[in-house]
Amino acid sequence: MKTVLRLTICLLIFWVNTANCQSKMVTVKGDTYIPLYGRDSMQVTITDFQMDVYPVTNAQFLEFVKKYPKWQRSQVKKIFADNNYLINWKSDIALGDSQALNAPITNVSWFAANDYCECQGKRLPTVDEWEYVAMSNETLPDARTLESYNEYILGWYEKPKTFNNEIGSTFKNYWNIYDLHGLVWEWTSDFNSVLISGESRNDVDKDSSLFCGSAAVGATDLMNYAAFMRYAIRGSLKAKYSMKNLGFRCVQDINK
Amino acid sequence: MKYFKILFSVFVLVMTLASCNSNKSEKASDELAVYQCPMKCEGEKTYSEAGSCPVCKMDLQPIESEDSKILNENDISDESIFNLTSTWNTEEGEKIQLEDLKGKTLVMVMIYTTCKAACPRLVADMRNIEAKIPETSLKDLRFVLVSIDPETDTPERLKAFAIENFMDGEQWTFLQGTEGSVREFANVLAVKYKQISPMDFSHSNIISVFNTEGELMHQQEGLGVDNKETIETILQLTQ
Repeated sequence: MKTVLRLTICLLIFWVNTANCQSKMVTVKGDTYIPLYGRDSMQVTITDFQMDVYPVTNAQFLEFVKKYPKWQRSQVKKIFADNNYLINWKSDIALGDSQALNAPITNVSWFAANDYCECQGKRLPTVDEWEYVAMSNETLPDARTLESYNEYILGWYEKPKTFNNEIGSTFKNYWNIYDLHGLVWEWTSDFNSVLISGESRNDVDKDSSLFCGSAAVGATDLMNYAAFMRYAIRGSLKAKYSMKNLGFRCVQDINK
Repeated sequence: MKYFKILFSVFVLVMTLASCNSNKSEKASDELAVYQCPMKCEGEKTYSEAGSCPVCKMDLQPIESEDSKILNENDISDESIFNLTSTWNTEEGEKIQLEDLKGKTLVMVMIYTTCKAACPRLVADMRNIEAKIPETSLKDLRFVLVSIDPETDTPERLKAFAIENFMDGEQWTFLQGTEGSVREFANVLAVKYKQISPMDFSHSNIISVFNTEGELMHQQEGLGVDNKETIETILQLTQ
């Protein structure tokens, strides 16, 4: 009997430990909104989901590659990550000197980010989900029309090397989520769904033969320059690219 | 009680060791370096150490062992799409992994069967390519159509689509994945797509050619474009 008890306690402690490693999440209540680019420029409905409060950190990603060596810099398949993957790390399992444990992980490809979230039983947010949470400021769920909101983001675009800052160093938004603006850009699961044009740098012609339905997708609010920049950068990305100012965070569906 | 403790510690030890094992890097293969005279004065005679040839006095040169050049049968190169391990349903109701397509040159495109605008033309482009490939090369070729609408495009539906479009031959394969695996696959092909209404997707029109090892060799972008380069690539690969 005693043995069973002890074993249970051991397992419990173990479980609590692993549960602690999981990053904190909060619930985002769904609603309907009009994104910059949506289905036929129409409204998009978001169902309730949970989102990481902070972007994934260097420390968390370090644990991840230790557990899954296939994502270490020297082991990763070229098809899943380009040469910039974790380029500033000292070795497969050591961060670079200038990289803080609590700074957001960057220089990761979509495949690595996607697998990271899957291994935690989570997933990457969709573009629509990410934009939905990101349109809030400290007090309003949708602050896109406020001048101060747009100025803050554009001000960030001008600041250099914000990817070295620690997580939580920007404002807490309406949903109690930090760092959506002001730290790093973030991967989304369907970043490749943006059809501004074939590839923003390749063809400027929207009516090129590369897409069907491209004319159906257009910007709803061209004043929203900050968001436009985000969509443009997503359009230019490929899944194996790793950029030094591009990180990610995970979300989870709520089981009903 | 004691037994239990011992058992537990052994278990922990084994787990720790097992997790370490996977970290070990492969042994360097150059222990088995072989040297040979560059002039081959003594025919195919080889030496196990560096030195000079006893006949012409030239420095012996290391021979690259052939194994290091040719990949092991089971190895998949870094750039290969066979690194994707998701499982797919074919139109015949079989479950396959992309690796099961290894050994044939692959021509791949992403479509959905309810598409009214671009897909019929994309499918026509695929058939045009097939028509220009000589009979002898066709057997080394697989045309693969991956659905971007895995919810609607069940194996039955894909089969019906295949028959309707005269693409039911052995060289044609239709694949149904999951939302996640299709997204991942599209990312490898750099195909962009988005559901714009329950029935319609907008998507890039790209036909991709892979060699027998699953490495991307050529991509044709756009509809009804000149397929000369695509066909040349395929012919080179199937020779």
